[in-house]
Amino acid sequence: MTTVRIPPVLRAQVGDVKQVEVSGANVGEVIGQLVGQHPQLREHLLSEDGVLHRFVNIYLNGQDVRYLSELETPVGERDTLILLPAMAGGA
Amino acid sequence: MKSRPELPIFAPAGGGVREVTPAQAEEMIAAGAALVDTREPHEWQTGHIAGATLVPPAHVMEQIEEVVPERHRPVVIYCAAGARSLRAARQMASMGYQSVVSVSGGIVRWKIEGRPWQLPDRTTATATPDPRYSRQLVMPEIGPAGQARLAQAKVLFIGAGGLGSPGLLYLAASGVGTLGIVDFDVVDLSNLQRQVVHTSDRVGRKKTDSAAETIRALNPDVKVVAHDEMLGEDNVERLIRGYDVILDGTDTLETRYTLNDAAVRARIPVVHASVFRFEGQLTVFAPFVGPCYRCLYPTLPPPELAPGCAVAGVLGVVPGTMGLLQATEALKLILGIGEPLIGRLLIYDALDGTFQELRLQRDPTCPACGDGAGGGEPRLRADQPVAAELAG
Repeated sequence: MTTVRIPPVLRAQVGDVKQVEVSGANVGEVIGQLVGQHPQLREHLLSEDGVLHRFVNIYLNGQDVRYLSELETPVGERDTLILLPAMAGGA
Repeated sequence: MKSRPELPIFAPAGGGVREVTPAQAEEMIAAGAALVDTREPHEWQTGHIAGATLVPPAHVMEQIEEVVPERHRPVVIYCAAGARSLRAARQMASMGYQSVVSVSGGIVRWKIEGRPWQLPDRTTATATPDPRYSRQLVMPEIGPAGQARLAQAKVLFIGAGGLGSPGLLYLAASGVGTLGIVDFDVVDLSNLQRQVVHTSDRVGRKKTDSAAETIRALNPDVKVVAHDEMLGEDNVERLIRGYDVILDGTDTLETRYTLNDAAVRARIPVVHASVFRFEGQLTVFAPFVGPCYRCLYPTLPPPELAPGCAVAGVLGVVPGTMGLLQATEALKLILGIGEPLIGRLLIYDALDGTFQELRLQRDPTCPACGDGAGGGEPRLRADQPVAAELAG
């Protein structure tokens, strides 16, 4: 199982937990499983065509998957995925 | 004037301390003794003996080793009339200095006897360690040269709010010479849970005025430039011009894009931080060196995914922590020390008590700083330039 860290702004969509354990052989499969388990997340991560939104970044063990093999990037049992949407607050 | 005893009149336990006349002191100085002036800086300004180093009375114990590292070297110390220097000489003896003499009658008697003294010129004034910054001056990574760099630095904070409050306070305390503040808002009671640069009696006043007043009280060395306006496409270039480092403490994504694009064009580094409830993010965008904000987030998310603090809420200490980390990165950039957070993003989780570090990359297709961006031609606007309001 891969650990997916849910950003605070999306935690309401996964029952207010910080992380979710999901299975999958690559990033795309893990995200697919994630939105399968938590359908409310889908629109926040993926377009209607199933393409990852550009305002959400995914990091595999700290590395941006855009600079690995994107959704094809293989993931292992002990890997951690971090979802990182832009954060606005500063005041 | 009645002459005072010329021979030692005081020899405390521990030895090594005695009083000497100005004539004896002059001989010792000529023979190579170190010369220390233990008065306050404003007294120093009225004139001192040539070759002296100023060590104010309250700082003798901590600064004297810097001024006179060799404990066996003879030291002549004076003050105005001889009392403070005698106390300082005793302190030095207790620290192991073997031959310290205090000038009886101090510089007053020295001047009356017609011995030479001088007013501080610009060179000696600069060389005089300022006790305000003694904890920084003592570190080799900063020292007088680094402190001078801070004094010459111009830093702009966008937003005198949750991030700006602690950041501005500590940048001012550190001795940053010029602090610009951009904020159009007024102090609200709901700000004071985290915006510690403001006070309860200033509710309703302009934030720029309030912050400037606090900063001047903390450190009158700092020049505060208040920009009482909202940062937008029409004024961003003027607002950031001439600054060395910008700290982004805004509360909307639109403003963050506007600032990013202008800073990339002007090639000014931006120390970025943002907060949400119990979490914060921090990174440094150094144009054409590391990624910019658009490399990280090429497009705006829908508003519900990126609410400001007024909507989402925030634990007051979280922007405090993040604003201080911003100030830290700004100081590193100015001083050229350490590893700035360029190409790295820190995520702080206050509830877990953890920091995580992510690697960021420059995007060669970035419309702001990518290969086709022309190295800084003004060619961009924010994705959706809506009316940006700095909430909170």
